[in-house]
Amino acid sequence: MERTRVSEALRTPSQPPPGGSIKKDDRYEPVIGLEIHVQLATATKMFCGCELSFGEPPNTRTCAVCLGLPGSLPVANARAVHFGLMIGLALGSELAPRSIFHRKNYFYPDLPKGYQISQYDEPLCRGGRLGEVRIHRVHLEEDAAKLIHVGSSGRIHGSEDSIVDFNRGGTPLAEIVTEPDLRSPEQAGEWLRLLRSTLRALGVSDVNMEEGSLRCDANISLRAAGGGRLGVKTELKNMNSFRFIERGIRAEMERQEQILRGGGEVVQETLHFDPASGAITSLRSKEEAHDYRYFPEPDLLPVAIDQQMIDAARADMSELPADRAQRYQRELGLSADSAQALSSRAALGDFFEAALAAGAPPAQREPAPPAQTLANWVAVELASRLEDGRGAGGDPSHSRVTPQALARLVAMVAAKRVSVGAARQVLDTLLAEGGDPEAIVQARGLAAIDGGEELAAVVAAALAANADAAQRVREGNAKAIGPIVGAVMRETRGRADGAEVSRLINEQLGIT
Amino acid sequence: MSEPHELTAAQAVEAIAAGSLSAAELFDAYHARAAADRAAGEGGLNCFTWVAGEAPSRAGMRVGESRRPESFRKPDAFAGTALHGVPLAVKDLFCTEGAPSQSGSRILAGYQPPYTATVVARLRRAGTPLLAKTNQDEFAMGSSTENSAFGPTLNPWDRERVPGGSSGGSAAAVAAGLAPWALGTDTGGSIRQPAALCGIVGLKPTYGAVSRYGMIAFASSLDQAGPLTRDVTDAALLLGHMVGRDPCDATSLGFPHEILAPSAERLDGLRLGVPEELSGEGIEAGVLDAFAAALAGAEALGARIEPVRLPHAAHALSAYYVIAPAEASSNLARFDGVRYGLRAADAEELIDMYTRTRHDGFGAEVKRRIMLGTYVLSSGYYDAYYGRAQRVRTKIAEDFRAAFAHVDLLVTPTAPSVAFRLGEKTADPLSMYLNDFCTVPMSLAGIPAISIPCGLSEGLPVGLQLAGPAFSENRILDAAYALEQSLGFDGAHARV
Repeated sequence: MERTRVSEALRTPSQPPPGGSIKKDDRYEPVIGLEIHVQLATATKMFCGCELSFGEPPNTRTCAVCLGLPGSLPVANARAVHFGLMIGLALGSELAPRSIFHRKNYFYPDLPKGYQISQYDEPLCRGGRLGEVRIHRVHLEEDAAKLIHVGSSGRIHGSEDSIVDFNRGGTPLAEIVTEPDLRSPEQAGEWLRLLRSTLRALGVSDVNMEEGSLRCDANISLRAAGGGRLGVKTELKNMNSFRFIERGIRAEMERQEQILRGGGEVVQETLHFDPASGAITSLRSKEEAHDYRYFPEPDLLPVAIDQQMIDAARADMSELPADRAQRYQRELGLSADSAQALSSRAALGDFFEAALAAGAPPAQREPAPPAQTLANWVAVELASRLEDGRGAGGDPSHSRVTPQALARLVAMVAAKRVSVGAARQVLDTLLAEGGDPEAIVQARGLAAIDGGEELAAVVAAALAANADAAQRVREGNAKAIGPIVGAVMRETRGRADGAEVSRLINEQLGIT
Repeated sequence: MSEPHELTAAQAVEAIAAGSLSAAELFDAYHARAAADRAAGEGGLNCFTWVAGEAPSRAGMRVGESRRPESFRKPDAFAGTALHGVPLAVKDLFCTEGAPSQSGSRILAGYQPPYTATVVARLRRAGTPLLAKTNQDEFAMGSSTENSAFGPTLNPWDRERVPGGSSGGSAAAVAAGLAPWALGTDTGGSIRQPAALCGIVGLKPTYGAVSRYGMIAFASSLDQAGPLTRDVTDAALLLGHMVGRDPCDATSLGFPHEILAPSAERLDGLRLGVPEELSGEGIEAGVLDAFAAALAGAEALGARIEPVRLPHAAHALSAYYVIAPAEASSNLARFDGVRYGLRAADAEELIDMYTRTRHDGFGAEVKRRIMLGTYVLSSGYYDAYYGRAQRVRTKIAEDFRAAFAHVDLLVTPTAPSVAFRLGEKTADPLSMYLNDFCTVPMSLAGIPAISIPCGLSEGLPVGLQLAGPAFSENRILDAAYALEQSLGFDGAHARV
């Protein structure tokens, strides 16, 4: 579905190339692969005992090893290997019984040893799949330090001074490389969200793009729509939000298409997307590409994985978002949207399941709320209220609403004992003060008004007070009913059932 | 009683334990001798780059005022320790907090590390205070100690000759009686060859037996620390306090058994293999004569001498000069002027700063090996050079395994010649590299080997090398001890 949309977007009118080798209705489709760097949430760095840094003063989380002092040696972090295995298992990768670290050699001030310890031709995990995207490999490596350029340019060229903060240097990274299976910026963004929720559910990373614990590069090329030979690819570096990734990929697609339609050739190079200006600039072309002189790191032993380590990794894995969404659809009959909303954030899903288990208290006359209704209340009503700052970082378990209370409230809604509008007010109260929804309804007089005499009288009064609107409704303008319903709701303080109010209005106006 | 410096380290340990000598007295005696060599400048042997008590910042300049380390000011600071305060000279490339650690290089001139190498810290805890840092070839690249930013060290047997290298400062200091014992490192022969050329004992342990943490790296898969001592007993004593697993060195291994004081008097039943490839062609006649005499001595002690083959040994030097420079080119990348050591002052921008710093900071041999190593790792050449060298290395290890199926130990001359003249080989790197051709195969295989003096040729010492399977140090030490007793080599000639 995404495929069509992008192809449409690409069908922008443009000049046919000289020679007319591309027909007017020819379209391009993008071929996109991602490389994702995930900072692992270990206690200490990849190859030394320094604690990971979270904004401490510069160069306070460093030692001889992560500063690359003469004589120091790396020792691999077993916890990082454990997390790497969990990622591999989650992505269905093949876990290498033996993998090795390589040195990737190049000079830069953020790289204290003059080489990065990474993995090369024998990575920890190979292959796998997440959703519709195949995984090429997952490997472990160390992060570089942070360079700060003092001066007007903000870049290393033309800066007056460059200072290095080694706190980040040596932070463990898992690099996840996909096959080029993505076909649109939106699909890339969507898939990356799935990856992020998967990593979050594993608990192996903070997966915060703004803070850099999840970073994404994209390899992009264009080819004739529907298949054909792959074009020359470019690499778009380090986009630090989902929005920028989608915008960056789109901008690069447009740039490449312009080149191709102009009869030019795309040059293989590394590019930078500036989200502020939307501009794409070249970082380095292939001609100046580094020869990294990879060779096996002689200071480290091969990483040998045994069944015990795999079992330990598996034991630490909770249910993954994709599995949970499937379960919700299959076993509870939830809609795809609800299932995804509840599974992409484990905290919401957990709360939903607790509420579902609580059901309705036995003392109540109504049955347990239907799963889909409860899902809507958790994924929409509760989630949106938590988003706007009322709840504990979006985690409902840290709010004042208990799963039992929500289940009770939704059961009342389902039994029409409380209108949806009134129930929203009860939820606001629950979030602010906690408590029992039944008691809140009683205390505030929010119980639904049945469709009896009382409501009929309120409707009649509202019709009288809104004679103009009533006349328009009679004349067939269905939308004019709004102000009348509004008046009834005001009068009943939202306690009336909207559908019943509409029915009564139409009845009293003689419309059937 | 004899002068303190005439005692071997083990004898000094005993004398202090018995109360006939104080640790402070011993330290002062050695300190005076070491400081005198340092003060003599070009008139001395130039064994040291720093002597205890010097302000670290004055490294490479002149002798300071105070003498004893802080710990000596407390009475009985080393009482109760195993080594009773017998001081230790340490090769410059070991990181030692409070003392310069420069690896013989201008790029690290005056560099003071904030931590101490594991093996030095272990030995200090065992009771060996730091006496001095010793001169070496820059980053351990060389076989003559002429490639030092701090000038060449001279051979105490003949001051016109080199002491060997790269641990030449340590070897010369022990031979000259300026230190009771010393630490060196061996990558392709850097302990054994200078020990041979200076008439002392030098042991390269099994790779992984001694922690490399805090050793400024030359070639990580080959570097190994070891003792340079006056006799085999001292070597065993020092080694016993060096070995052991270090959590900071992933390649270190727990030594499977205790290192024992050697005591064998006979070699009955010991099968000694003489590899054809390392005991004939390319070796000086005088060295071969001393070697043959030593073999006869071993037979007289009951050993069986058997010829063995190491078919791939002829390729060892070629493989070594691919692998070691490759690792070195990467290990030395950190000397970039950004964080420590030399930084070129007037650089225009980053690349210029890197280039000038490394141009000014590294000597010719280091540059040669960085270029060689960079080349062999380059894309398109990796398989032809580095890949092939690693395969040769595997073959050599297999050669040794096959040989040790038939014999207990291997025996060869340590170096193809006696000490050569200063400057004799500096213009021809290849002839310098050939110095290591008897020692490099053991380094590539990671197996232990010792060099002991086995006689004189032209009045200069000749070394004999004994090598065994991984972790066979006790057997090697025992055989070396029995031979040492029967050969009766007298190294006192070299004492200053």
